[in-house]
Formats: sequence, C-alpha cells, structure tokens
Amino acid sequence: MKDISRRDFLKILGAGTVATAATMAGCKNDSDLDPKGTIKPQKGQMTYRTNPKTGDKVSLLGFGMMRLPVIEEDGPSGASGREVPAPIDQEMVNKMVDKAIEYGVNYFDTSPAYCQGRSEHATGIALSRHKRDEYFIATKMSNFAPGTWPREESIKMFENSLKELQTDYIDYLLLHSIGGGEDGMETLRKRYYDNGILDYLLEQREKGVIRNLGFSYHGDVKVFDYLLSRHDEYKWDFVQIEMNYLDWHFADEINDRNTDAEYLYNELTKRNIPAVIMEPLLGGRLANVPDHIVEEMKTREPERSVASWAFRFCGTFPNVLTSLSGMTYMDHLDDNLATHCPLKPLTDEELNFLEEIAKKIYDLKNIPCTACQYCMPCPFGLDIPGIFSHYNKCIKEGNLAKSRDESEYKKMRRAFLIGYDRSVPKLRQADHCTHCGECVTHCPQRIRIPEMMQMVDEYVEKLKQGTL
Amino acid sequence: MHKKTLQRIRRVLAAIFFLGITLMFLDFTGTLHKFLAWMAKVQFLPAVLALNFIVVVILLIITLLFGRIYCSVICPLGVFQDGVAHVHNWTKKNRYTFSKANNILRYIMLGVFVITLIAGVSSLAALFAPYSAYGRIVQNLFAPIWQWCNNGLASLSEHFNSYAFYSKEVWMRSLPTFIIAAVTFVVIVVLAWRNGRTYCNNICPVGTFLSFFSRFSWFKMHINEEKCVQCGLCTKNCKASCIDGKNGFVDYSRCVTCGNCMAVCPKEAIEYKHVKGNTTVVEANNHSPLSGNNETPSETVDTGKRAFLIGSAVALGTAAFAQEKKKVDGGLAAIEDKVAPERKTPIVPAGAGSLQRFRTRCTGCQLCVSQCPNDVLRPSTDLMHLMQPVMSFERGYCRPECTACSDVCPTGAIQKLLKEEKAVTKKGQAIWLVQNCIVVADGIPCGNCARHCPAEAIEMVPKRGDDTGKLLIPAINESKCIGCGACEYVCPARPLSAIYVEGVEQQRTI
Repeated sequence: MKDISRRDFLKILGAGTVATAATMAGCKNDSDLDPKGTIKPQKGQMTYRTNPKTGDKVSLLGFGMMRLPVIEEDGPSGASGREVPAPIDQEMVNKMVDKAIEYGVNYFDTSPAYCQGRSEHATGIALSRHKRDEYFIATKMSNFAPGTWPREESIKMFENSLKELQTDYIDYLLLHSIGGGEDGMETLRKRYYDNGILDYLLEQREKGVIRNLGFSYHGDVKVFDYLLSRHDEYKWDFVQIEMNYLDWHFADEINDRNTDAEYLYNELTKRNIPAVIMEPLLGGRLANVPDHIVEEMKTREPERSVASWAFRFCGTFPNVLTSLSGMTYMDHLDDNLATHCPLKPLTDEELNFLEEIAKKIYDLKNIPCTACQYCMPCPFGLDIPGIFSHYNKCIKEGNLAKSRDESEYKKMRRAFLIGYDRSVPKLRQADHCTHCGECVTHCPQRIRIPEMMQMVDEYVEKLKQGTL
Repeated sequence: MHKKTLQRIRRVLAAIFFLGITLMFLDFTGTLHKFLAWMAKVQFLPAVLALNFIVVVILLIITLLFGRIYCSVICPLGVFQDGVAHVHNWTKKNRYTFSKANNILRYIMLGVFVITLIAGVSSLAALFAPYSAYGRIVQNLFAPIWQWCNNGLASLSEHFNSYAFYSKEVWMRSLPTFIIAAVTFVVIVVLAWRNGRTYCNNICPVGTFLSFFSRFSWFKMHINEEKCVQCGLCTKNCKASCIDGKNGFVDYSRCVTCGNCMAVCPKEAIEYKHVKGNTTVVEANNHSPLSGNNETPSETVDTGKRAFLIGSAVALGTAAFAQEKKKVDGGLAAIEDKVAPERKTPIVPAGAGSLQRFRTRCTGCQLCVSQCPNDVLRPSTDLMHLMQPVMSFERGYCRPECTACSDVCPTGAIQKLLKEEKAVTKKGQAIWLVQNCIVVADGIPCGNCARHCPAEAIEMVPKRGDDTGKLLIPAINESKCIGCGACEYVCPARPLSAIYVEGVEQQRTI
C-alpha cells in the first residue's frame, strides 16, 4: 500500500498547493514562496549542525538511501527499491543526489542491506560524480543474516562497502540496528563482541578509515543503556535513534517493548553525543494522516506540507545532527529542502500543538509499522508491511468498522475487503501466517507480528462472516 | 392482430429470458441470482430433475396451448441459435428450405438421453441437455471475457480510489469441460448459421419431448389456402425448416411458434389460431437433407480426462518449505502453486445429500461453479461424472457463511440450505499427512490449520519426542470436522498440503 500512501501524500501536497495558491495570489513578491504558493527552498540557506568532534558541518537534512526509486516496466506502482526487484532508477538517483548537494545536503545514509542489497552500489555511483569532500557517507555493519556474523564475513562486508561506495574511508559507520533479536544483549554479544568486530571497527577509526563510529538503535533499551554506559571506553561519535513527535512520548504506549524517544535523546544529550534521527516521518505515516489532522496543520501553516511538521519537530532539538529522510521521488526532496533551507524551529506553542496531534494519532490505534521491510521476505510469502499498511489506511480513511450496526458499515466493509485483495494478493494475506516468528526478531518497531496478523485475520473473518 | 405482433412479443420475451439467464451466469458478485434464479428453475430438464411438478405441468400446458414457445422463448440455447441465424439473415435472406422430420435420429437421441439419465451416466446425458450446454458455453467462453472487462473497470476504479468494482481472477477450472463447451459452441453456431434450428429438430431431447405435445397444441400456425399464393417465403424464412409452403403443410412437432412466417407472408395468409384436428406429420425420411448429424459433440470427451489430477498427484512427498536465507531487507518470497491432492471420494457441495443422489440430479450446467465466490467449485474431470461440480481448495475454501451454490441450483441436486445448516453439514473429512507437515518435516511451529478451522475440529497437541514443548501437531476430531477445506487452504506445505479433505459418500449434519 506504499503506492496509495504516496499518492495520498502527493494529493495532500497538491491540495495544499491549490488551497494556498488561492490565498497567496496577492503575495507574488514574497520571495519565500514559489509561484504555486508553497514555500520555496533558499539556495545556500540549508541549516547545518556541527559535529563536536570533527567539526563537520552536517546538513540538518540527511538523505536516506533506503527507499530509492526503481524503473518499473508496467508504469510506476509507487514502490521503491526495497519492495520490488525492479532495477534501481540510477538516473533519477543521480538527479536527486545532484539537486540535494546543490542545495547543501551533505549527509548520505546507506547500508549493505538496503534496497535488497543494491543501495550502496547506487549511492556510490551517484556520489562519486561529486568531490569527495562535498559529502559525508554513512553506512553500516549490518546484522540481518547470521551468515554475515563471522569475523571474515563482517570484514568482507565492510571492505565491500568501501568498494561499492567508491571511497577509501567512511565518514560515519554504524553498528546496524542494535537492540534487535530475540534477546538484544545476546544478539549484540554474538554479532559485535564474540567475533571481535567491534574492536576491528575501533581500530579502523584509529586508522582514519572510519571517521566517526556510532550505532543505530531499535528495540531492547538494555542494549542502548549498556553501550552508552561504556561510552568512556568507546567514545561514540554519534548515535542514531528513532525520533519523531509521536514516539517522543508515545513509543512505549504504542508498544510496551519500546522506549520513548525523549529518554533516548536526553541520554545522548547528557553525554554530548550528537543524535542522528531516523524515522522522523515513521516511514511516511506522519505525512499520511487523516483529513482532520491535515486540516488542523494546514490551518496553521497553509503553505507548508504535513511532512514539514515532523521534520521541524526533530530540527528544533539542538543536539540533532541530522534528520534522515528516505526519499523516493523528487517531490519528496523538494518538500524536504523547502523545510530545511532554512529550518524554522517550532515554538513552544507549536510543540504543544504537535503533542496534541500525537495524542490524536495514537488514539487511531494504528499498527506501528513503518514499512521498513526488515521483516521481509517472509519465508511463507506474506506481504507483512502490505497487510499492515492496508489496515492503517483503512483506519486513516475511516473504513475500519467497529460493529455492523454502524450506519456506514456496508461501505466500510466493502472498502476494507476489496481494498485488502487489491493491496495484497490472496496467498500473501494474513491468514497464511504460520506464526513461525521469523519476522519478529527483525522488526525494529518490535511489533508482535504474528499476533497482529491474527488480529487482522480475525477482523477479516468477522467482516466476511458478518459477525462483527 | 398485426402480422408482426407475435414475432415482436416472442422477441421481447426471448430477449428477457436470454439476457436474464446469461447475466445470471456472468454475474459473479452474487447479486443478480436473487432476482433471476427462477429463470433457471423454469428450465424444463432442471425442473424435471428437481421433481418440480408444478413447473413441469405448467410448461406442458403452455406447450399444449401455444406449441413449442418454450423453445423460442425460455430455452437460452434456442434463443442463442435464433440470434446466430438472425445475424446470418442480414447478409443472406430467404435461405431456408423445408425438410422432413428426421424421426429416427431424434427419437434415438431422446431414447439415449432418457436411458443414460436413468442409468445415472448423467455426464453423457448432460452433453445434449440444452440449458446446461448453454450454461457451459457462458461459463467457459463468455465469463472470461466478462471478467476481463470487469477487471479493466476494477483497475480503473482502483485508480480513482473507488470500490465500485473488484477484480476477479480468470482461470480455467477444467480443460475437458472447456473443450466440451468450446466444441458445443462451434457446432451450435455452425448449425444455426447454416440451417437454423437443426439441433432443436434432431438432437435436443427436450425439444423432441415437447414435440409430442406441440402437435396437439390448441393454437397453431395455419396456412389459409385461400389467401396463400404459394410464394414460398414462409418456407424460406422458417429456421425450423418445418413449413412446406407449396403444399400448405406445417410440421407442428418442430414449429417453435416464432412467428417469422407470419411476419414475412405478403398476403397475411398465415394465422396463429386454433385449428381443429392434427395435421398429419410427414413420416420420417431417412435421407434427410439435414447435415450436421454427425457433428454432435458426443465424441469430444476423450481428451483431457484426469490428466490434470494424475499429473498433480505425482508424489511430491516432502513439504516444499522454501525458507530463504535472509540477507537483506525487502522483497517477497516466491510462493509455489498448490496442486490438488488425489481424492478417493470427491467432495461435492453441501446440500448434495449423497453422492449417488447428487450424481443423478446434476446436469452440469455450471451455474454453481460460476457463482462460487471462493473459487472452490470446478467441473469434475472424472469421465463418468464429467462437468458435475466438485470441490478443491487451492484458491480458497468452502466458507461457512456462503450458500451461493445451494441458492442457485435449478435441479435440486444441491438442496437449498440455510447458513446455519450449511455450517454444520459434513461434506468431507480432513486427513493429516505427517510427512508433509512443516512441524514434523522442518521443525517449525505452525498450527495454522487449527487457527482457521471454523468447526474447531483441530486441536494442537505436543509432538511425541519433542523436548522443547514448542512443536505441536494437529489432532483432528473426526466427529466435528465438516470438510470445508480451511485447513487445506491455509496449510503452508506446498505444493501438496499436509492436511487435506477426503469426500464422504453421504453428507450429514454433525
């Protein structure tokens, strides 16, 4: 359902454009606005943050290379290179990277696992066309397949990153997604300690092959706390956390296995470790909110996009080094540039407003899937993110009936069931989940996927049998 | 009465019946059958098989009153032939000739039909039954086109974020039945194109049966010899080839009261009225000029047969659980298609009663197949019961709340069931195949069959010899199993499920 959400995202942008075009008709001389009436990015006005150790001036907008565009034979489905095996649209990647650099973006975040393993290669091609000192590369020591855990395999992975990225040093290297696995500490030990890979990476930092060493964290907070407790020893140069206005206070309400972003951010700030932000938009979910929330945002800032609120939230915190946005389309980039060139921090009043919005989004009871695809491929062929995003889409569009006595029940039932078959082929739907649990350890949001699958399946059954 | 009135009335009524029945077969959303199912139930043969005496008697009375108007109004195959012949009329008018009735052929056909029906070889009988032949043509040839058009609209409506249309997968349910439908279609079209109602005159058992009554019908086409100038236009426009205009003779056993002769007669010499007595039927002529007798579709069955089942039953002993090694994020694992297991006893729709009963009643019209919303029903490929519906669960299972097949069955082969009755009707028995089960073969916990059993007939119990206590295997409570196939459908073992349903000879309420 990525396509739908993207389409809706565009629709929202479009609607905003039209609405504001009318109101802004008389303000043609306002240099902040482009002729369509939306905010225009100011070249040379990118907001930068300083890395306290190296003094790097890092752009507050970072380019996430996880959702790269693809060339699709049968026309665009809205999918990115993570979901479909279609070839990466390198030309478009180049164009977007060029424009990003032109407007001052200098942080590019990739991983050996992204886009079904094709992201680093594409990133390397796009970046190598620019001077090496114009950009910072962030990549990761990934950990999905236990097959990559032995020392030699890991070193091979790191060396391959250098090769694919066409460079002899990495600016920002991360231990990828620590805190995951059935037992977070155990997984950490096996992945980075037992094989001596953490020591290897520290050595590489000594040698200058790695300029900054950090880790990205999801999941078990014990692991986060543990690594920070050894900060004096490892001297983390940065840490990547999930942060946005919903997770700030609601992360552990949404899922009791997660930790509020407020805690994570404050822990880093206490130690003066810069925070790199991932999921500022929750995989696009915060750009794709129900109409009444769109209205509230547009009433306040008619010329700004819905997504801009989420980025401005992150950018308002001074210890944030950069906010990563996985951009698939040029208009994603344009909108983000407009938000960050320059970034207008939120006032306290606006922060309170977002807190209220967060409460409303929390009350929707979405399944907290960001469609990151880490759970995929499901060995039994289920389209896990597709199922969840269909469910969330129905919540957003008001098509999740609670009882068959509702006046709109028939319409909602039809929308849910027909939409379900449209977005997920029958054999990839929730009823085929075997509860094998393979996916659970990969989910950075720590969603209890099999339980959620059963929930969706039981809901579908109630709709079909008319017993809701 | 204006000379074209009868023809016009007949055409309007025929169009209503023809479109109604065709649409009922084409509509897969389960909407139209509420309004149109009666059109199938007034078909002659289905009414006989359903022991629907009222309909049978009414149809016979109508025939005794008006002649074989059943054939030109109610029978969809008859109207279809008229349509084909009419198209040919655009380019070639006045092309029919009179021929004598081929009694030997038509009585043999009727005799064979009755005997096969009584003997229970209904698949043979069903080949010639007009309504089911038409049903097969629609289901196999027209429905795919209808569904493709629908799917076009569905993708359009998806584009506009509307739920007005949803797409329906187009797939071939049985190759032999498709071939039979295609051959029937070609034969009928060729015969109708060349000589109008050749099939109705010579092959159709219903037509021949009704002919016994139509000769004595109260109203008949009568040639007024005083007005007749023997121009022969009536003969040349009689698609039943039953008017000998030169001799003022009409064969009422074949006349379907279409009114075309009245409409073309320049002298209005043909009247539809009560005629005393029965005009002698010209005796059979063995050298009938009619062609096409040896083009009957009876010899087309031998192809295909059980090839599909045999092919699929090639023992693929192990569960094909293709667990891909996870290296990177994203992508979808390939899903191997399931194949149908070889079932010793076929599973027939709930409401069939016993297999024996079902087989003598079903004419293989495919209406239930066309209406099955879960892609469960398909025509049997078993030679003795060819085209009669059986169940299989590769694409869905027989959902407990669905009674679509029993709602539409015109012959009563599938008796009408309430949802509540359907949910407790045992039509099969689930069987666990230990060697295919991923819990045993791959040591992966599952339990999907138990989670989806609507009858709660499956419990997960510890696997013997498993120390972890995590591995549970399905235990089927035979007394609760209704044979719906949910377990078989959701079983992750591919291509053969590790739990499958065997049919039962006698359905019963549990």
